[in-house]
Amino acid sequence: MTKLLYYPGCTLKADAQHFEESAMCALKELGFELQELERWNCCGTVFSLATDNTMFHLAPLRNLLRTREEGGDKLFTLCSMCYNTLKRANKLFNEDPEKNDKVRKAMYEEAIAYDGKTQTLHLLSLLRDEVGFDTLKNKIGKGLNGIKLAPYYGCMLLRPDGLGVDNMEHPRVFEDLIRAMGAEAADFPFRAECCGSYQTAQQPEIVAERTRLIIGSARKCGADAVAVSCPLCAFNLDQRQAIAARLHSDFELMPVLYITECLCLALGIEFKEPWKAFHYAPVDAVIRKMEKKA
Amino acid sequence: MKGSPIKKIGVLICHCGKNIAGTLDIPELIRGAAALPDVAFAGDYKYMCSQPGQELLKEKIKEFGLNSVVVAACTPNLHEPTFRKAAAEAGLNPYCVEMANIREQCAWVHQNNGHSATEKALQIIAMMVKKVAQNSPLFEASIPIVKRALIIGGGIAGMQAALDIADAGYEAILVEREPSIGGHMAQLSETFPTLDCAQCILTPKMVSIGSHPRIRLLAYSEVRGLEGYVGNFKVKIERKSSGVDWDKCTGCGICMEKCPTKVPGEFDRGLGKRKAIYTPFPQAVPNKPVIDKANCLYYKKGVCRICEKNCEARAINFQQEPQIIEEDVGAIVVATGYDLYSTENLGEYGAGEIPDVIDSLAFERLLSASGPTSGEVRRPSDGKIPKSVVFIHCAGSRDPEKHKPYCSRICCMYSTKQALLYKHAVHGGQPYLFYIDIRSGGKNYEEFVERAQSEGVIYTRGKVGRVYQEGDKVIVQGVDTLLGKPMKIEADMVVLAMAMQPQLTTPELRRILKITTDIHGFWTEAHPKMNPLGTTTRGIYLAGCGQAPRDIPDTVSQASGAAGKVIGLFSQNELPLDPMTVYVEEDLCAGCGLCVAACSYEARSLDPQKRIVLVNAALCQGCGACMIACPNGATIHKNFSRKQILNMVDVLT
Amino acid sequence: MLKEKGGLSYNTKMEIETMDIKSEFAERISEISGANLFKCYQCGKCSAGCPMAESMDILPNQIVRLAQLGQWDEIQNSNTPWICAACLACSVRCPRGIQIAEAIEAVRQICLRNRNSERRLGLSDEQIKELPPIAIISAYRKIAE
Repeated sequence: MTKLLYYPGCTLKADAQHFEESAMCALKELGFELQELERWNCCGTVFSLATDNTMFHLAPLRNLLRTREEGGDKLFTLCSMCYNTLKRANKLFNEDPEKNDKVRKAMYEEAIAYDGKTQTLHLLSLLRDEVGFDTLKNKIGKGLNGIKLAPYYGCMLLRPDGLGVDNMEHPRVFEDLIRAMGAEAADFPFRAECCGSYQTAQQPEIVAERTRLIIGSARKCGADAVAVSCPLCAFNLDQRQAIAARLHSDFELMPVLYITECLCLALGIEFKEPWKAFHYAPVDAVIRKMEKKA
Repeated sequence: MKGSPIKKIGVLICHCGKNIAGTLDIPELIRGAAALPDVAFAGDYKYMCSQPGQELLKEKIKEFGLNSVVVAACTPNLHEPTFRKAAAEAGLNPYCVEMANIREQCAWVHQNNGHSATEKALQIIAMMVKKVAQNSPLFEASIPIVKRALIIGGGIAGMQAALDIADAGYEAILVEREPSIGGHMAQLSETFPTLDCAQCILTPKMVSIGSHPRIRLLAYSEVRGLEGYVGNFKVKIERKSSGVDWDKCTGCGICMEKCPTKVPGEFDRGLGKRKAIYTPFPQAVPNKPVIDKANCLYYKKGVCRICEKNCEARAINFQQEPQIIEEDVGAIVVATGYDLYSTENLGEYGAGEIPDVIDSLAFERLLSASGPTSGEVRRPSDGKIPKSVVFIHCAGSRDPEKHKPYCSRICCMYSTKQALLYKHAVHGGQPYLFYIDIRSGGKNYEEFVERAQSEGVIYTRGKVGRVYQEGDKVIVQGVDTLLGKPMKIEADMVVLAMAMQPQLTTPELRRILKITTDIHGFWTEAHPKMNPLGTTTRGIYLAGCGQAPRDIPDTVSQASGAAGKVIGLFSQNELPLDPMTVYVEEDLCAGCGLCVAACSYEARSLDPQKRIVLVNAALCQGCGACMIACPNGATIHKNFSRKQILNMVDVLT
Repeated sequence: MLKEKGGLSYNTKMEIETMDIKSEFAERISEISGANLFKCYQCGKCSAGCPMAESMDILPNQIVRLAQLGQWDEIQNSNTPWICAACLACSVRCPRGIQIAEAIEAVRQICLRNRNSERRLGLSDEQIKELPPIAIISAYRKIAE
């Protein structure tokens, strides 16, 4: 069993508990144990784009420092936004001497100084680079054969260029994972189109419109469900279907599943009953279909 | 220098209009220069390079009996030959004239600091006065010229150059990598702005090449080595193995007819099929087939041989070996052409994976009467006639961040042409163009754009953000920046005006020819304005898109220009050599050979008997690398000796 | 500014005047965002790929142009900075490498720091209960003081 230092982030302890639990179940099956960072704090959710205020970067950097304190050099995340924020903060720390100086000074009270050496590892990279899709495919076998999943990358797994888990405009990792699970990956043109992100708090109707487009595109591709790896995307694409359905009588609900939930099903791990309650669009039918296959 | 006469140096300072005089204090420079040792005269003129300026130079040489001159003006790259020629007319050895660069290296870069700049300019002048004081008169030797040209590349540029040279009475060897000449122009349907058919204007020229008594066409061949120098190059050419004995082949075509293997054809950009034994297109010159060994059943599995059985001329030769031939030539025209940047590079436009999103050359094939659809515009996915086609300009061009920073120059015009031809071909079809700027600077080009606009081609000013497939439509997500509105077109087909880039084989050829390319891989001209056809190596000239993107009229003009350069060279019986080379002081040379390795021009060799190094003055470019490599100071650059350089440094200390 | 006369409403300020064209504003954006807006050649690729463009009253490329010409009032009155979801599609596709999302963040920051924005994020208890923490925190980070 390989231990991975794990950074959950805020939402995996709240609205996305099923993401965390399903990840733990699936990864255990693959020989990984998630060991939660003893002390962690919110990463800030978004990487601060204003370059004249360095203090916003302290939050993610402190988590990277905790990793070093616990003797690790890799920090594993599930949430795309945490991944993005942590990774970008570290790049800034290593590549911008001026800001590096500022944040170091601001962290004077820490027990050790941060050395910039914590790598952020996302689930998709772990499965591709450390488990390997061939290995995974061999382990899973037929898996979700007959199921078509629409891989939804969203923004923060891919952008900015060079920091994401794969080629920004032409990613493959999510599709490859879906195929390794035995399912078919939909050629889904809206896979990297923004869901509306935080606008969901202020302008839920705009987000619902995005959701309608993205879900509509997945439906046109013949997908059984949309697979995601970000709790905010999940909320927007799933919960906001309620508004989309209210505004458009022809809108049909589509299940939105975390990729880890799919992975559990592919590995023959039971889809736990409490997970279902977190979903808005009904998942029973698709889960039954997936369980039957696996 | 024994017996050298008393130095009488003249210093002439150029104002270059305001370029120099606007920053530097000219009277101060004259005063300073006049006070330098050995200076007999110091004066100035508004434009030294002009006729009166040159006359002034001649006059002062005679008036003061000057035996050396420093012209303080611009870079010697620009006007050194001008002043040397003028001095020679006044009876002074031209190599006793030097230039002090007080423009590029002083006035231009210190525009806000005239006072210090004047001081610096005076130091530059003083250095050149010191140097010229020890210059010796030099005399040009000459070498004979082989009056035969090599042209690399059989597209329209290479063809035009070969024809012009051959028509002027000289021999030309035309080397083409592909099985046929014609290049990309052969793929085009019709040409802007006249809409005349590319085949109609190109194929007669191809035939002329094939039948010209002074042109030797080496198709399916590549240049593998080059030695020598202007007037006397030795070139190695590989005649690749085609599997067909072209001397026996009659070009009847039965082999192609009978061959059972079909593969996507390069000439049709993968939209049509060709056989494993093939000519790229029916009008090919030479009209002789080659066997594609990667796909031929015999080469793959040792079976079939249907072509061999059917060939009455017994021309099929599976055992044919590639052959290396050597030729002597006096000049070379490099006309290697372009290729399109791959659609795979544009992820946001489908990364080359959407079947109905094609590049512009592929669309030419769909428009061409000899193309895979016989000129009917049918889309690749299902063969349907597209009712709407979107043309996206600048696909990879003008994008310094991710792709090519330069403008590919012809896309505005060919996209306009393609949109118009499509509109003519498909009744009721609607073309949409997305452009950033329309660049129609050519004779009758703007009028052509006007024609397309008035015929109903819809131009939208805005770059497309994304292209994706939805059902059987291709969705183009763009913007109309003039209205400030996002725009979505559900198109049947999309044509990407991909950036032009140099042929991918350019780096290999660069290594062989030892000429330079820019950061994009385009051949570098000797001077962008004053010598746009030459290269850094004398005797090697450039034509066509290998140097930079350009259209057919410009390509043909440039090719004729390059041919003119070659003809000019060949009009002389002997070629004067630049005497600014190095020589070896035999007493000091230890024969270590370090300089032989340091020389990039293969101008040096070790004499095994005398254990000293010999210099081939014809090859020496006077770069001075040998001088640095020599531990004994045995190599001396004429008019650039160590002593002269140290004297110049002394001025600064 | 709209005025009415004889039942016809007309715009009183159509023209950009020399005195309005102040570059300090673009420079301020550049300081905060690191984006050089003067590199923009108005290709519009940012707007063409913007997922939120339909909801914006001024497109991202127009924001850049207005900033170049110092038209701060127009930018300030636009909903665009508050609609932008910072998905970075514009920044990563800009042919001239202008960080447009970052520039728009700078506009938000200038508004928020000047406290002249009325866009306070007031979330009801019900909303806070409904929304996941990731949405609340990011919304506060982006569109509230």
